[in-house]
Amino acid sequence: MKTIINNLRMTLSELKPGKLALVQHIETSTETNGLVNRLEGIGIIPNKPIMVLRQAWFGGPLHVRVGSTTEIAIRHQEAKTIHLQPIEV
Amino acid sequence: MNCHQSETAVNGVKPRKRVALLGMPNAGKSTLFNRITGASAFVGNWPGITVDLLQANVNVNGEAIEFVDLPGIYDLNGFSEDEKVVQQFLNKFAVNFIIIVLNATQIDRQIRLALQIKALGFPAIILLNMADEAKHYGVQIEVDELSQRLAMPTFLMSAKYGKGYGRAYQEIVRQLTTEKPSFQIKNLNEQLLENGSILPLEIEAILAGIVVMPSNFARTFTAKFDSILLHPIFGLPLFFLGMFLVFQLVWNVGLPSMDLMSYITTWIQNFILEPILKVFPLLIQNFVINGIWNGLATVASFVPLIVLFFIVMAISEDSGYLSRAAYLMDALMGSLGLDGRSFVLQMMGFGCNVSALMGTRIMRSKALRLLTMLTITFSLCSARLQVFIFIIAATFPNQNGATVLFSLYILSFIAALGAAFILKGQFPNQEPFVLELPPYRFPTLKQVIMRGWGEVMHFIKRASGFIVFGCVAVWFLTNLPLGATGLNTFGGQLGQFLSPIMQPIGIDPYLTLSLVFGFIAKEVVVGALPVIYGMNADNLTQYITDTVTWTQAYSFCIFCLLYTPCLTTLATLFNESKSWKYAAFSVVFSAVFAWVISFIFYQGSLLLSL
Ligand SMILES: Nc1nc2c(ncn2[C@@H]2O[C@H](COP(=O)(O)OP(=O)(O)O)[C@@H](O)[C@H]2O)c(=O)[nH]1
Repeated sequence: MKTIINNLRMTLSELKPGKLALVQHIETSTETNGLVNRLEGIGIIPNKPIMVLRQAWFGGPLHVRVGSTTEIAIRHQEAKTIHLQPIEV
Repeated sequence: MNCHQSETAVNGVKPRKRVALLGMPNAGKSTLFNRITGASAFVGNWPGITVDLLQANVNVNGEAIEFVDLPGIYDLNGFSEDEKVVQQFLNKFAVNFIIIVLNATQIDRQIRLALQIKALGFPAIILLNMADEAKHYGVQIEVDELSQRLAMPTFLMSAKYGKGYGRAYQEIVRQLTTEKPSFQIKNLNEQLLENGSILPLEIEAILAGIVVMPSNFARTFTAKFDSILLHPIFGLPLFFLGMFLVFQLVWNVGLPSMDLMSYITTWIQNFILEPILKVFPLLIQNFVINGIWNGLATVASFVPLIVLFFIVMAISEDSGYLSRAAYLMDALMGSLGLDGRSFVLQMMGFGCNVSALMGTRIMRSKALRLLTMLTITFSLCSARLQVFIFIIAATFPNQNGATVLFSLYILSFIAALGAAFILKGQFPNQEPFVLELPPYRFPTLKQVIMRGWGEVMHFIKRASGFIVFGCVAVWFLTNLPLGATGLNTFGGQLGQFLSPIMQPIGIDPYLTLSLVFGFIAKEVVVGALPVIYGMNADNLTQYITDTVTWTQAYSFCIFCLLYTPCLTTLATLFNESKSWKYAAFSVVFSAVFAWVISFIFYQGSLLLSL
């Protein structure tokens, strides 16, 4: 049973490793226009479950699982544009 | 590009039938393309399209059909070089239909590309590839229902293992035998604006009830492996340990294989070539043996080693580990104005700089591309590997060889980072970093053999072309004017002329001459040495052992590593950047850079041993 914790809003950059969340929306701005397309292509669209698997050292990228079978490396800077709704399982 | 003939495809009034392959990166498009077209593929030039495309003419029921492999893209609306190429292609050229290749395990997101193609009205069939992995992960797809909902023929198959391919191919044939006019879209960009964006709800609706995805928390084999290989502390040391072991292998298996090859070439020389040549004048004998044969034989002795090396490269490229290396290295690369992908491309450059340079097309920012391309030219490619093995084997005691070789790889990497550090201000970029990490895979024996074979063919092409040319040119320079020997020949004089520059870095006029010709290609350095000294490989090794100190040898290696890679690389730098200034800058920068590092090393070693 998944329950949405409503008043907690965060970005992918803040999500704790091992915790699942749902994508809410991706921030758009003129410079990141191309980025949004790429992220959508990779499967980061509203309501998609997303999870941080681990984080590289020295502020390096996050290892993220999108849905259940797509894994990506993404920098914090880009992760900050992805807004999430945490869920409890 | 360097190994295929370019052909211009005609966009005539009555085009033949044409089929384009389209899919996301890593969906298995190339594997499928190889399966459909066999070995007949070539690189073709298309008017109005900035890059060459892989294509093949396949005989289907007695009719020649053109198959074109489009670059892998995430989004038809995208902005990267590859995405623009696909847009240009679809905008300008008619197709009979499109084969959309999707990774079945990722159907939840890859279906988006199929919906885009459908929205634009292209006739298409969908091949859901990687059926084997989908089964393994527990991804379930009701293919027939999906096919109906999309109104496109859809098949589940495995391009790698061939399962389900037969049925998919039958459909391709069926599509080609029904007489339908080819499809030409009108104003793609306008249509993309109107219909190109796919709402999440559409994806949900098309997959609802017919696709089952595994749990988000699934502990796959890949996940277990990753917890070791991507470990925050052990990840990087394991990476370098792995690299070290690879070069240990290349060294320990490669050297004996070279002895075997030189045994064979010596036999050919003694029992076939020389008896035949006996009837010719001495000068001709000298020219054939010393001008062509010795050089070629020396280069040929590296063939088994190069094949072994490329097998290792093929395994690591296919394994998915290289993208993990990008993840591990991104923090460091980011601080130098590069990103994790630049690192992967530098590693690919260990095979051949040219293909790595073309790999930078996945980058969107021009500045990042240009900076990455400059660093790739310092990657120790397989041609330079031959030079170093030859020199190291002659000047270092055998047990240390692998370690010395490894140190040159580390140096190649540090030089790339150093160059980025010096130049990053000139190439500022804001490129986002988002990289897919595919699951761990292992190539099939067939894939490995095909790759090794491809490299042998590539080598023979090079050898019969400019390696022979280089050796012959060196022979003339070192044998003219007639009667002159050693430093009095034209070649010797050229070497001496450059010696004010090369002497401070410990490189004598003879070795200098080989470097001058190494400008063409690094195999020419190996081929030129026997020609310059007029000896076969074995005697030459002994001679170099006696006359060149290890510090001179190492300085030579540093210089050879860092100055311009080869003419083909230079041509590619120009082609990809479309800027003479940039290509010229690369030549000058790397020559100066090479000299400075060699100077510091050689003079430092002289100071220390004082
Ligand atoms: N397990 C599995 N792997 C495959 C299949 N098809 C391709 N691959 C592997 O997937 C990787 C990417 O394939 P490639 O053809 O290079 O993909 P492209 O980027 O779409 O051209 C390679 O390691 C292939 O060996 C398949 O059907 N099953």
